[in-house]
Amino acid sequence: MMKMETVTKTYNHRGPAVTVLNNVNLEIPQGDFVSIVGPSGSGKSTLLLMLGGMLSPSRGRVEIDGESLYDLAPDERATVRRKKVGFVFQTFNLVPYLSAVENVQIPLFLAGLGESEQQERASSLLSRLGLGDRLQHKPLELSVGQQQRVALARTLANDPPIILADEPTGSLDPETSAQVIAFLEQMNEEGRTVVVVTHDPKVAQKAKRSLKLDGGKISFGNREVS
Amino acid sequence: MRLRKLVLRELFERKSQVITGLMAILLGITVIVAIKNITFYSEKAVARELDALGANILVLPKSVTLQNYYSADMQGEEIPEEYVERLTQSNLQGVDNLSPKLSVPVEIQGHRFTLTGILPKSEFQAKAVWQTAGVFSRPEGCGTVASIPGLTPEPPKETLVRTRVIETLSSAEALVGADVAATLGVKANDTISVMGKTFTVAAVLPETGTVDDSRVFAHLHTVQEIAGKGRAVNVIEIVGCCDQISKGLASRINGLLPEAKVVTIAQVVDTQIKTNRMMSSLSMVFVAVIVLVGGASIANYMYGNVHERRREIGTLMALGAGSGLVLKMFLLKALLLGLAGGVAGYVLGTVLALLLGPKLAGIIVLPMPTLMPWAIGISVFIALVASYFPARRAAWLDPFATLQEV
Repeated sequence: MMKMETVTKTYNHRGPAVTVLNNVNLEIPQGDFVSIVGPSGSGKSTLLLMLGGMLSPSRGRVEIDGESLYDLAPDERATVRRKKVGFVFQTFNLVPYLSAVENVQIPLFLAGLGESEQQERASSLLSRLGLGDRLQHKPLELSVGQQQRVALARTLANDPPIILADEPTGSLDPETSAQVIAFLEQMNEEGRTVVVVTHDPKVAQKAKRSLKLDGGKISFGNREVS
Repeated sequence: MRLRKLVLRELFERKSQVITGLMAILLGITVIVAIKNITFYSEKAVARELDALGANILVLPKSVTLQNYYSADMQGEEIPEEYVERLTQSNLQGVDNLSPKLSVPVEIQGHRFTLTGILPKSEFQAKAVWQTAGVFSRPEGCGTVASIPGLTPEPPKETLVRTRVIETLSSAEALVGADVAATLGVKANDTISVMGKTFTVAAVLPETGTVDDSRVFAHLHTVQEIAGKGRAVNVIEIVGCCDQISKGLASRINGLLPEAKVVTIAQVVDTQIKTNRMMSSLSMVFVAVIVLVGGASIANYMYGNVHERRREIGTLMALGAGSGLVLKMFLLKALLLGLAGGVAGYVLGTVLALLLGPKLAGIIVLPMPTLMPWAIGISVFIALVASYFPARRAAWLDPFATLQEV
């Protein structure tokens, strides 16, 4: 269960302060599939990063499984992320000098697994995603779709119960987009909570709930839920 | 995947940047190693030359002005022989040999020569309080002529002209200079009469082209007796270790014998001291330069590297990396850079010294493995210190700022 209580986020970069989240309340139960839509600059990324313990709110409280994320020390938050959260980035964020299999090994290395176990699990995950013959390829030697699949494998490496995805189909062709959407659905079917920020109506339709973020407030369809 | 592998992969991915970042520290270490290497062998070469010259410190009566190194004992003024005992019983280090001398003019078969009394080393060496730690001990790096009593064979008496010291000489023996031998027509085992005393010629000394060729050398105490001088000498010649002279041996001897005048062979020693000081200063200047330039270069490279890898750092943090791991990642990189700079700098510096030593200083230079840990140590130290703040910046990067596209 993820929870936001009266969360406000204000940015003070140059010029007047900008409030992107205004007194937001939100509950996302375990196993939910939520899409967040809204115009550019409406605070979708801010909300996603806050849920992942990467950005502290100006006011309010963010919880994962009853634990207040921003009452934890930074390294304790890193541990929560390592154990419970998997990010899917729009630009994949693969480490350019590592091979596909090594990229997938990173979360396993951070979790303290031995090298041979890391390699075994990473290879297995990539094979499941159809990249068994691309294990030693570096990101630049892979197509965009293959890069996104490597990134998905890396997200799943530690088997996190929560997936936070930002525009996961934003850089992909329709065919690969469909594969990624199917993959997110599968993750959700396996019991994971999926929160996806998207402009893509196809992705939003697949979610169990669609939240709209505008003017710092969250609404469900035409109904404001904050 | 391990931290070391992650760091090595990144290093090899950006080879040209790494080499550029390392260049200043690499060149600095190279130059320092080359200077240290050449200086070391240059000092050894000068020390060998000084050893070959013989005495390089003279203890004279206070009123005497030194005009000629080879006739320092012929000025007529005297100092007590007891000074020799003060020296041998002191804890001064860096004295290889002592040779007290008393000279008197004599006439032999109508020819005027100089009778010089010398004290063989065997007599005063036995008086030295500490055979291994006292006046005849050789500190590390001191001189080149090792003399181990009992193991080193006694040198022939003719070496007196070179070393200014003789191991043994009985009261009835004499050594004659080349001119004396030629004028008097004497050779080894002949006898000569000087001031009413008969001496057996123990050896004829080889020609030196100095006043020594016109000398007859005999035991100091015999000369003192026949000249009626009592326990007095004109000069104490000291073979001091070159390295110790440059570290102030002469002034330490002066402190021990304040009533005497202590003179070094100024030209040779001063040149050596100046060269040593210049090289030492030059090394220190280079150390300072390398710390500043090398450190700035590494820091600049690391700041650039942190900036360039912000997204990667943010991604690692999103995947669960703590600030400690990020800090370790950059410090391990700095350590590897320092190691590489130190090893490469040592190798290049040694090659440079081997090539330039014979050309610049006219000496043979050999590799000095002892410089390697020193080169690596300074390189690693600079790399770690210079990288600490960039690494800390990386560790405390705001993950949100690095992943703004999310």
